[in-house]
Amino acid sequence: MEIEQLEKVASQVRRDIVRMVHGCQSGHPGGSLGCTELLVALYFERMKLKENDGKVVFDMDGRDEDLFFLSNGHISPVWYSVLARRGYFPVSELATFRKLDSRLQGHPTTHEHLEGIRIASGSLGQGLSVALGAATAKKLNNDKGIVYVLMGDGEQQEGQVWEAATFAPHHQVDNLIAFIDLNGQQIDGPTVKVMNNRDLGAKYEAFGWEVISIEEGNDMAAVAKGLYEAKGRLGHGRPIMVLLHTGMGYGVDFMMGSHKWHGVAPNDEQLAAALAQLDETLGDY
Amino acid sequence: MKKYTFTEKKDTRSGFGAGMHVLGQQNPNVVALCADLVGSLKLEPFIKENPERFIQCGISEANMIGVSAGLTIGGKIPFATTFANFATGRVYDQIRQSVAYSNKNVKICASHAGLTLGEDGATHQILEDIGMMKMLPGMTVINPCDYNQTKAATIAIADHEGPVYLRFGRPVIPVFTDADQKFEIGKAWMVNEGTDVSIIATGHMVWEAIQAGEILEADGINAEIINIHTIKPLDEEAILKSVEKTGCVVTAEEHNRIGGLGDSVAQVLVKNKLVPQEYVAVNDSFGESGTPAQLLQKYGLDAKHIVEAAKRAIARKQ
Repeated sequence: MEIEQLEKVASQVRRDIVRMVHGCQSGHPGGSLGCTELLVALYFERMKLKENDGKVVFDMDGRDEDLFFLSNGHISPVWYSVLARRGYFPVSELATFRKLDSRLQGHPTTHEHLEGIRIASGSLGQGLSVALGAATAKKLNNDKGIVYVLMGDGEQQEGQVWEAATFAPHHQVDNLIAFIDLNGQQIDGPTVKVMNNRDLGAKYEAFGWEVISIEEGNDMAAVAKGLYEAKGRLGHGRPIMVLLHTGMGYGVDFMMGSHKWHGVAPNDEQLAAALAQLDETLGDY
Repeated sequence: MKKYTFTEKKDTRSGFGAGMHVLGQQNPNVVALCADLVGSLKLEPFIKENPERFIQCGISEANMIGVSAGLTIGGKIPFATTFANFATGRVYDQIRQSVAYSNKNVKICASHAGLTLGEDGATHQILEDIGMMKMLPGMTVINPCDYNQTKAATIAIADHEGPVYLRFGRPVIPVFTDADQKFEIGKAWMVNEGTDVSIIATGHMVWEAIQAGEILEADGINAEIINIHTIKPLDEEAILKSVEKTGCVVTAEEHNRIGGLGDSVAQVLVKNKLVPQEYVAVNDSFGESGTPAQLLQKYGLDAKHIVEAAKRAIARKQ
């Protein structure tokens, strides 16, 4: 897909995110908006997905296709929107987000059998381990699919992440690309103040990872180029870590660059102000 | 009292290792994972024949559970192995979210459960694991009684779709069940039919219960002994059928009295048929260093304590 087309999808996804969070008056818009380019570029351009007659089909095993895992499950709005817009389930279902009897739980789950989700996430620090298991299963199955996993930067404070970070190079899991959403914010404030992760790139390099950076994580062309580059480095015995520099709340001016919109829903007025900044490109749900 | 004899003593963890050896040959989807305790879990035969299907995780149990959950995506059947303490309490949230809530086909296989790991002491003697695991929706909890039953259970759980907690131990104990037994998950095993008291035991306590049955027989008491190897789902029918006959119960487990087999049985009784129940279990405390036999005696878990509990239960009958 052309960059311009991907940007149009991203604009619609951002509208979905703020509308979903507004609709239930809860959820996490900040990180969702910041990771929109990544998820759109993955699902609409980079990932090889199972299709039948031009329509995506979902099965849990995900053989011979690329897989994506969201470790920082609280940014479920962006994932749900991208999955629906990609065709995994009806976009009308986005209106049920976080409501009783919905398949779109506050944090992603397999429990309600929502197409596109392969593991529950939300309790942080677990997704990289799961992705490593899925990547290892692909190797055992002689399956050439790639496994992608996204984590938050605050999430890097979880100890399990570093167990997984040690495991991956040791077992030469070189069919996996991990991302850290470096937005520099977490619930209690800027990450450097809450718990300074210091130089994550140097840490992962020291652990044996191949580390690359996407400096403009909200520039679609830069993200697409970075994903292409990351894929080119697979298959050489090392896992790939992509440091994705994003702005929390990107695309909605009053939500940008602050931890204050990590987990807060806009009111009616704020919703209108946000939507005025985002073109409706694919039709609202 | 039906006579149970044995020609050898073995540890249940070796039964697990033997089961894994068989699975390695029979089921190409079985993958073994371990957190730096290969020798303790008796995994060498599996690893020797299937090195590509063994994943050494190092001392990183949380990651091991996550990797196991991921392996199921792609059709693998991961057996995640370590000591019971590190397989449950240490990684409860990982099991809860990535395995149980996600309904992943992960087999959590835990050795050195209970007091009888002995000298290592309370840091390693988990007595809360059955409770933690049985509280997780969808989790099957199995605690077999000897080497042969543990081997059979290990083989059986590979064919069961869904998360399983398999608990076994370190001490060598008599091998008294059949070598070629068929293991049915959720089905109680009648060890001895009796009329005066139902002794419902799990794990290492089944052999203690058999010894208790012999002592009771000498005192003129005819004990029914049931081996509950599957604590969840519990064979409620077998329990109720037994208490209809005997009118009182002793539960015996190498676990805290809070949250274990005894509480599961009590729930069944409260709901269906109120009869006196006596607990043989650790009385809400941690363990300590000692030999397995010393610990069972000190913490009230040996045959002698089962006998006393049986007599108390019978005395409480109306």
